[in-house]
Amino acid sequence: MTLTIPALRARGAKRRRRRPLAVTLAIAFLLAAAATGALAPLLAPHSPDATSLLDSLAPPGTAGHLLGTDSTGRDVLSRLMYGARLSLLAPLGVVLLSGVLGTALGLLAARAGGWVDAVLSRLMDIVFAFPSLLLAMLVVAVFGPGLTAPICALAVSYTPFLGRVVRSVAIQEGARPYMESYRAMGFGELRTTVRHLLPNMTPVLLAQSALSFGYAMVDLASLSYLGLGVRPPAADWGSMISQAQSAILQGAPGSGLIPGVAVLLTVVSVNVLGEHIGGSIARRGEGT
Amino acid sequence: MTSETPVLSVSSLVKRFGDVTAVDGVGFELMPGASLGIVGESGSGKTTTARILAGLDEPTSGTVLLAGEPVTGRSRRARLHRARLLQMIFQDPYGSFDPRQTIAESVAEPIRLHLPDLSGADRRARVAELLDQVGLSERAGGSPPRELSGGQRQRAAIARALGIRPRVLVLDEAVAALDVSIQAQILTLLDSLRRDTGIAYVFVSHDLAVVRHITDTAVVMRHGRIVERGDTETILRDPQHPYTRLLLDSIPVPGWDLDRVARDRRALDASR
Ligand SMILES: Nc1ncnc2c1ncn2[C@@H]1O[C@H](COP(=O)(O)OP(=O)(O)OP(=O)(O)O)[C@@H](O)[C@H]1O
Ligand SMILES: [Mg+2]
Repeated sequence: MTLTIPALRARGAKRRRRRPLAVTLAIAFLLAAAATGALAPLLAPHSPDATSLLDSLAPPGTAGHLLGTDSTGRDVLSRLMYGARLSLLAPLGVVLLSGVLGTALGLLAARAGGWVDAVLSRLMDIVFAFPSLLLAMLVVAVFGPGLTAPICALAVSYTPFLGRVVRSVAIQEGARPYMESYRAMGFGELRTTVRHLLPNMTPVLLAQSALSFGYAMVDLASLSYLGLGVRPPAADWGSMISQAQSAILQGAPGSGLIPGVAVLLTVVSVNVLGEHIGGSIARRGEGT
Repeated sequence: MTSETPVLSVSSLVKRFGDVTAVDGVGFELMPGASLGIVGESGSGKTTTARILAGLDEPTSGTVLLAGEPVTGRSRRARLHRARLLQMIFQDPYGSFDPRQTIAESVAEPIRLHLPDLSGADRRARVAELLDQVGLSERAGGSPPRELSGGQRQRAAIARALGIRPRVLVLDEAVAALDVSIQAQILTLLDSLRRDTGIAYVFVSHDLAVVRHITDTAVVMRHGRIVERGDTETILRDPQHPYTRLLLDSIPVPGWDLDRVARDRRALDASR
């Protein structure tokens, strides 16, 4: 049936707005970061772990070492490329895990109400009050270093961050007449929640997830900095910064600053993108 | 005629919200194809009654019979049974649709739930037939709700409610949010749908002119109780209860007499 075709075309035309420059830059940066991570073995000029004490602390711009070397003579550019893998994937893991948990708990609290809501809300308050880094450090102390433990710990401690927002938005959205009309049509709560409520909450979910990604990236970098994240010699941006400490004191800040800038740019890009996606979805669903 | 079972039968319905008794012993019957008005001032319990009928609120006590059978609870069976017989139209035509679905998709939803064996092609044909029945173009059907006017959305809501051929339609202030000329169009549509399909209406409104147009019988609610009931024409021409008289005199018409409204209000206060 051709019913939807003309309308789809009309909608598509109306929806195409000019994408702001900041968003284009953010997308370009994130794609580039992901691509260099994925293609690191092909792109990197050196092995990320190859040390060469003779070449240590070469400044950026040195022939053969575009971004210089660290205190053990490892090529910063190569480590940056390989480091993109863990530095991007680990926060993504935190976001996905806490996203699923937070959405499930928030929706359950909002839709069930009553004592279920009361118990879940208090639980989330308690976890929320607990500093995420401290929780991650405790978990690492128990399970040993490596990435799995900090990812899980951060995911748990970020869950209330999303869960509380999901809960309040779900309560608001759930009272809208279209949700009631689905109940009156005989649909069950679970189906209306999953099929109608959840998709209408995606702008909020995306915006919050982008924020969580930023926090997770910084927290994971801090853990790596404290020596509690990835195990050497594997590279990630956080451990690169931490290992550059002595170099910075020796007046060669490049090997620490460069991964720091990478963290910063990634966090900013993700937030710009999250806000943009959230905003455009909200516009699409907007009533007159 | 007398042996026919009422399609909807409500008795001693009570609903309390904490200390507030929103509905207090309401009872009425609705025969197949009939149209009953529920009128009353703001806060008299009209919406609460309508929501109980649609299963959106549980009554504190009292019974609702649909086609002679009691309906209670939110079990899947009960939900489907109730929805199959009774559908509701809400006041807000703007918010009644999932903003992410096209109108045609929304109209198809209840058909999909209640007639799962219908093939995709048959379902689409049914949706097209429904949209046509309420006077919506194919183009409107393919649009998201935000691109439709209030009147079009209310037509769409009617199409969606009629999809599974319910026997009762509960309309809560269904035209209150619309312009007067659009109101008239929707009322005309409702009239002809009732003639064509034999569906029965419970029409909740505070607008007596609208109620006069669309209903045969009416009940007047005040503080959650029914204070007067009978033929709509008779009630409006010759109101027995002082409250009904007050409602009628409160309508601004040529020769409107505010003194009389005040007198009515005093008579009502004296009679309670
Ligand atoms: N969910 C609720 N919680 C508490 N009180 C409620 C609730 N719903 C309705 N009430 C109260 O019940 C009474 C009846 O409300 P209801 O909405 O049924 O009136 P109404 O006749 O539909 O009024 P209106 O013409 O303004 O729509 C009011 O006093 C209202 O404050
Ligand atoms: Mg009302």
